[in-house]
Amino acid sequence: MSDILSALGDIFTSPAMYGSAVRLGVFLAFAALGELVAEKAGTINISVEGSLLAGALGGAVAFDMSGSTVFGLAAGAVAGVSVAMVAANMSHRLTADQFVVGITVNVLVLGLAGFLDATVSPLGGRAAVVGVPFLSDIPVIGPALFSQTWPTYLLYGLIPLTWWLLYRTRWGLELRSAGENPQAADVSGVDVNRRRRQAVSYGGSLAGLGGAFLILGQVGSFDVGAVGGRGFIAIAAVYFGGWTLRGTLAGALLFGMADAFRLAVPVLGYQVNAQLLAALPYVLTLVVMYFITKRFVQPAALAKPFVRGLR
Amino acid sequence: MSTDPPAVPGDAPVPDLRDGGLYGLLLYGVSVGFALVVSAGLVAVTGNAWDSVAGALADGAFLAPGRWGETLAVATPILLVALGMVVGVRAGFFNIGQEGQLLMGALAMALIGTRLAGPGPVLLVGGLALGAVAGGVYAGVAALMRFRRGVPEVISTLLLVFVAFQIVGFAITTDWFLRDLDPNRPSQAVTSAALPGSVRLPVVTLWGNEVTVGFFLALLGAGLVAFVLSRTVFGFKLRLLGSNPRVAQQAGVSFGRAGATALFISGAAAGLAGASMLAAGASSARLTTGFSNEIGWQGLLVALLARNRPLLCIPVAILFAALRTGSGFLAATGVDRTVVDVVQALLVLALLVPPAVEFMRDRRQVSIAARATEPA
Repeated sequence: MSDILSALGDIFTSPAMYGSAVRLGVFLAFAALGELVAEKAGTINISVEGSLLAGALGGAVAFDMSGSTVFGLAAGAVAGVSVAMVAANMSHRLTADQFVVGITVNVLVLGLAGFLDATVSPLGGRAAVVGVPFLSDIPVIGPALFSQTWPTYLLYGLIPLTWWLLYRTRWGLELRSAGENPQAADVSGVDVNRRRRQAVSYGGSLAGLGGAFLILGQVGSFDVGAVGGRGFIAIAAVYFGGWTLRGTLAGALLFGMADAFRLAVPVLGYQVNAQLLAALPYVLTLVVMYFITKRFVQPAALAKPFVRGLR
Repeated sequence: MSTDPPAVPGDAPVPDLRDGGLYGLLLYGVSVGFALVVSAGLVAVTGNAWDSVAGALADGAFLAPGRWGETLAVATPILLVALGMVVGVRAGFFNIGQEGQLLMGALAMALIGTRLAGPGPVLLVGGLALGAVAGGVYAGVAALMRFRRGVPEVISTLLLVFVAFQIVGFAITTDWFLRDLDPNRPSQAVTSAALPGSVRLPVVTLWGNEVTVGFFLALLGAGLVAFVLSRTVFGFKLRLLGSNPRVAQQAGVSFGRAGATALFISGAAAGLAGASMLAAGASSARLTTGFSNEIGWQGLLVALLARNRPLLCIPVAILFAALRTGSGFLAATGVDRTVVDVVQALLVLALLVPPAVEFMRDRRQVSIAARATEPA
């Protein structure tokens, strides 16, 4: 028992663990931030998984073509938003069921990624690590937060931007009202389905950026299995955070930490069952969702389609 | 004018051919045509002729000797998964973790078949039954989370898929569990032992094709699901729950109990699919981590494409199986076989459009009519 404790102590005091926890958490946070906006407007956007993968693929292909990380990230965001717009228009213009649409879109992206991977074989590459002066000298959290590849810092800008859009603009208020009480929003002149489409698209662009970040800011090479269900963990992070911005980010960081733990254990030379470790992030997510889902009030119209005149 | 009830998830109105049928057919034609044109375009972009690809697909699926028996064998688990999905969706629940439930079913079958001694038929039936239970219990975890804590099953079932992969990985690398203990096994073998020849589903030979008995059982299953859903009290309860949970509860249908049953059934069907795949000799009758091979996803898409109509699932499952077996012949044309994944998803996406458009059209007509009868 004391062995296990000292091993855990070893792992949790290793700076490498925190560095990789932030990297994995940032990747989840891109997607979770976007998902939060979509859910605030009333959509459980399953297609976030597809947006992540599309972003990863688009980012890798664009990077191969141009050799530029900026271009890769932009292409990732475009790929992510295109996927989200398909889902948004199907479910909030044509009123097809959002889960059915999301699942189908995910399968489509998975198929396309497999096909393009086999045909184009994108390579991808990794952006440079840039330390922020002074801030990266803070012990423990300094290197973890401020000595990362530069696309990481995009997230630090997107967090306040998303907060401002969601809570300090008219657009954000209308968007949230579309998720809380679409009937009331509708009679006060808000185009509910339009706001929902915009929310899903915003979410998709962030997820696409996250996917591109995964390839260009973290892994350094493209693989069809790279995303592997992380989109759903991002959704879980929103639940974990009780539909608040702060909580969502905490959730992303927690689940990123579980992922980092999985990677850190074998590196530090401990022998733990490989399958148990690989299952850990998913099991942790399930357990956390079991205990936490009921404690928060979700947007009242979450997952409910809106058609004027129908309840 | 059509006064169809509003579209409910998974219970979209099928176009009524007597009323505006031509319009409906046209919509379907245009959507499917569009999906096929995009697919052909994708093939063309990679520098190949789409007609040779289509020819190779047809050869691999039906025309070459022995292939349509193979196609039906692949269709069997897809159909089973789809039937389970239908039951779940009709009751209003989206179990999308069939890939994992299927693995758990196959795991149970492998345990019974390779670790117990006994007469073959007994082990076979026992394995299939336990496989169904294993799949159902695995979906039951999601049901528990949904009905006790309100965790959406769309997310939990999916996360459980990734756990299932690791459970199977653990099972086949662990000596006391399922790992092949044959001393002659290759040193790095990470599979279970092969299911003994006596614990296999029999095959019948029809016109030179070997067809697994499982296919006929799955056909029976489709009939059974159709009957239960449309002609029994239990089926009515499920449909009521799916179309209007509030009314269902007021009528005395327990949300938790009926919902959990629906989720259990959908998982059990996937588990049965996994067990029957193993018993039909898929992947040399050995359990591996890649065993499920996306059959669970395929079944899910089939149910969506068939609009949750059990009998319609049969031709759609065969179509999807045909694309899969046909893709085995694509190597000669130089097109990667993953192209069929894209074609499948595009088809499903295309077929989501017409009912939604019709629904919008109906609503517009209703509101025009309402305006016309308004007192001035």
